[in-house]
Amino acid sequence: MSTQEQKPKNQTDTDTESADEDIIAGSSPQQRRLREKRGKEIPTPEEKAQSEDSIHLKVFRYDPEVEGKQEPRFDDFHVPYYKGMTVLDALIHARDHFDSSLTFRHSCRQAICGSDAMFVNGRQRLCCKTQLSDLEEPVRVEPLPHQEVIKDLVVDMEHFYDQMEAVEPYFQTNDLPDGELDEQRQSRENREKVKMSTRCIWCGACMSSCNIAAGDNEYLGPAAINKAYRFAMDEREGTDMKEHRMRILEQEHGVWRCQTQFSCTEVCPKDIPLTAHIQELKREAVKNNLKFW
Amino acid sequence: MYEHDVIVVGAGGAGLRAAIAAQEEGADVAIVSKLHPVRSHTGAAEGGINAALRDGDSWEDHAYDTMKGSDYLGDAPAIETLCQDSPKETIQLEHWGMAFSRDDDGRVSQRPFGGLSFPRTTYAGAETGHQLLHTMYEQLVKRGIKVYDEWYVLNLAVSDEEVPEDRSCHGIVAYDIQSGEVSGFRARNGVILATGGPGQVYDHTTNAVANTGDGVAMAYRAGVPMEDMEFIQFHPTTLPSTGVLITEGVRGEGGILYNKNGERLMFEYGYANNAGELASRDVVSRAELTEINAGRGIDDEYVHLDMRHLGQERIIDRLENIVHLSEDFEGVDPLEEPMPVKPGQHYAMGGVETDENGETCISGLYAAGECACASVHGSNRLGGNALPELIVFGRRAGAHAAGKDLGTAKITTGKRGEWEAGEVDTPVAPGAVGGADEDAVADGGKAPDSGEPSDARRASSRAERSDGGAVATTGDEIVDRAVDAEHRRIDRLMNKDDGVQHAEIRSAVQKSMTRHVNVFREKEGLKQALRDLREARERYTDVYVDDPSRTYNTDLIQTIETRNILDLAEAITLGALARDEFRGAHWRKEHQERDDENWLKHTMLSWNDGSPELWYKPVILEGEEKTYEPKIRSY
Repeated sequence: MSTQEQKPKNQTDTDTESADEDIIAGSSPQQRRLREKRGKEIPTPEEKAQSEDSIHLKVFRYDPEVEGKQEPRFDDFHVPYYKGMTVLDALIHARDHFDSSLTFRHSCRQAICGSDAMFVNGRQRLCCKTQLSDLEEPVRVEPLPHQEVIKDLVVDMEHFYDQMEAVEPYFQTNDLPDGELDEQRQSRENREKVKMSTRCIWCGACMSSCNIAAGDNEYLGPAAINKAYRFAMDEREGTDMKEHRMRILEQEHGVWRCQTQFSCTEVCPKDIPLTAHIQELKREAVKNNLKFW
Repeated sequence: MYEHDVIVVGAGGAGLRAAIAAQEEGADVAIVSKLHPVRSHTGAAEGGINAALRDGDSWEDHAYDTMKGSDYLGDAPAIETLCQDSPKETIQLEHWGMAFSRDDDGRVSQRPFGGLSFPRTTYAGAETGHQLLHTMYEQLVKRGIKVYDEWYVLNLAVSDEEVPEDRSCHGIVAYDIQSGEVSGFRARNGVILATGGPGQVYDHTTNAVANTGDGVAMAYRAGVPMEDMEFIQFHPTTLPSTGVLITEGVRGEGGILYNKNGERLMFEYGYANNAGELASRDVVSRAELTEINAGRGIDDEYVHLDMRHLGQERIIDRLENIVHLSEDFEGVDPLEEPMPVKPGQHYAMGGVETDENGETCISGLYAAGECACASVHGSNRLGGNALPELIVFGRRAGAHAAGKDLGTAKITTGKRGEWEAGEVDTPVAPGAVGGADEDAVADGGKAPDSGEPSDARRASSRAERSDGGAVATTGDEIVDRAVDAEHRRIDRLMNKDDGVQHAEIRSAVQKSMTRHVNVFREKEGLKQALRDLREARERYTDVYVDDPSRTYNTDLIQTIETRNILDLAEAITLGALARDEFRGAHWRKEHQERDDENWLKHTMLSWNDGSPELWYKPVILEGEEKTYEPKIRSY
């Protein structure tokens, strides 16, 4: 891997006036165009007022189609920093001001769409809710580990989605009330029991952090097991359906693969007690089997 | 070419509901979406779903509140449909397993919301949208409905007839973001647009970055009118630094707004002596900004929203998500101190003109959800009415497109019914940039297909047709022709070697709109916005894509989105300049009264010969059994 330094050597980190003029070193026509263009830009008054300092990002780059990016590397960006700035804000600044080909997923920027989970300073995080002030510099931004990289920070999520779908991730019940306006009642306690499990935003951070999932491609993984928990523990589905769900979870690559390392729980941006849910399902599985002994 | 009976564009609440409904009617349905469905912005909705579910409440009361909230600019047939269908649709979600908050007896909880005469907002904590989106996506998986995710829809494939009302939609053209492949999608029965709001027109918005109004812009350029675009809702409680939404549920549960003197501003200064913090959103947004402008704001920027007195238990039970948002995005623990809040762009009441079955004036083209305007919100949307809109009109559009008979719509679309021509004095010509080079990369205003103005193309193809020449007449041919045009557009954008980048243009548009077309609007500011937009359009003719890759090229996608943002920003501003009155969310400095005599009508904009044509159609105040008489709106 090579590293590309995009900051002129003589520039200091506190030189915010010229921070926007950071350019990409290199000799491709595209990079030359950018260099020329950036040379003319000055920061907006707003940016000047806000930026007390600049922050140093080291960002993973890879593009299978572009010569010079086929070999993975890290690019350095120096972004004007303001209080409250998140990793996502810094990435957007780098993209909009320095290199429009910098590619990453993001949408809601409020921790609910789950699309900007990345590997930041060695840990899976949602970029939009990660404050730069909480991180050591340089801030290293990489794609989620254990997933195929499509380009820059974008990974292939297909396997993650497949595992989510393998657990029949939808409500199934035989006890619906007859009337289309009648609710199928649920106790407050039961809703409380499944509440945390319903908060999953499918960001993939947990799968990416799990050593077992990394070594066993068939392992359902913490997100899918949590999804199964959400339904298995919902009293409205009934006992028959719970047994059906437990059969899926008891299979070879189901709950028993979990080695209780807690890494999923540690990285979950929605604070879902994933490991605890998996453990509870293991206990259920044992209880289920005991019945037949 | 891919082929399905019904193609849904967008995979948020409305799109998912439409797809499920179409499949239930037996259609082969597919969803094409630039985001994976669970990434859709519906997930960020917090507050809840209004539905008359309880004794003491009725759909009629819900309809009355909605009509009043709309400031009498909503169409009664659409509003009555919303309120009649919402209870059934809400319970349908419950039957699909949605994790609603529960009362002690196990029924779904309901709470008070702004502008409602009954606590009829059904909710799941402060994460109702997240629960709704995921519940609906689960049903999609269960039914095996095909999703083309991370495919960006570039354009519609619509026939050529001179009058939009005679045209028909036969499919779409989409771009596989991952591979760069451009493909046609033939829709045998119909296309449903469910692409959400245009929040990215503004720079302080609760909306996702993906909310660029693509569907509305595509329909507009295909000939469907945009309706009531000037009515943009500003939510009174967004976090100042990011625009992240703090649900109205906070005020619904009893949260209080204070100015810097610690005065309870809604009462102290008489903005809403009865409803206080629970007045309608437009009223509260103006109250806050008036306080800030009068020097009673905090740091001259925001006011305080305090919920500490509700107690930790109640907050965690009903508003837990708010605690996290406030901590993560503003660094404030709302259990310990009040949250800073200010108004931010939140919702577009206007959009693609549809009837109450979701159909537009182009046959086979539907729209539902925030991108559509069946006119249920009029000039001001009540909190808790967006999610029922998604499920009610999503289902209707899906079922209708799949062939279900929903009865004849009472709302007419296009220029079929009563309408009057409009005129507005603009400082610069809106619409297409004239004189742009034939090879100009990027259609600063031209039809995105051929570099020629659309009507010229239509005229020439009509001439060819009369000669018996080769004209796209079958649905397949119309889709193929649209695919070719999009290939050319992308090639031009990708092959251009230098120019302006989308981010600069987008940012200029957002800043001008936030400055001039915000909560408070005045004539000169609106005109300045039009000048700024003109300049942005001109710069857009020189736009280029710097990233040469066909793999996951977000530079290209955002460049095309920026064109859509431009069209919508212009429509919003034109409508705001034309409407010489103060109604709902539309405040005009020069016109401080609601003018029922002249303005009980919808603002319509049609893309005509490369420029926006302004016209009006009357509001329908006659409901099934009663007529809604406009009354003074006080809270």
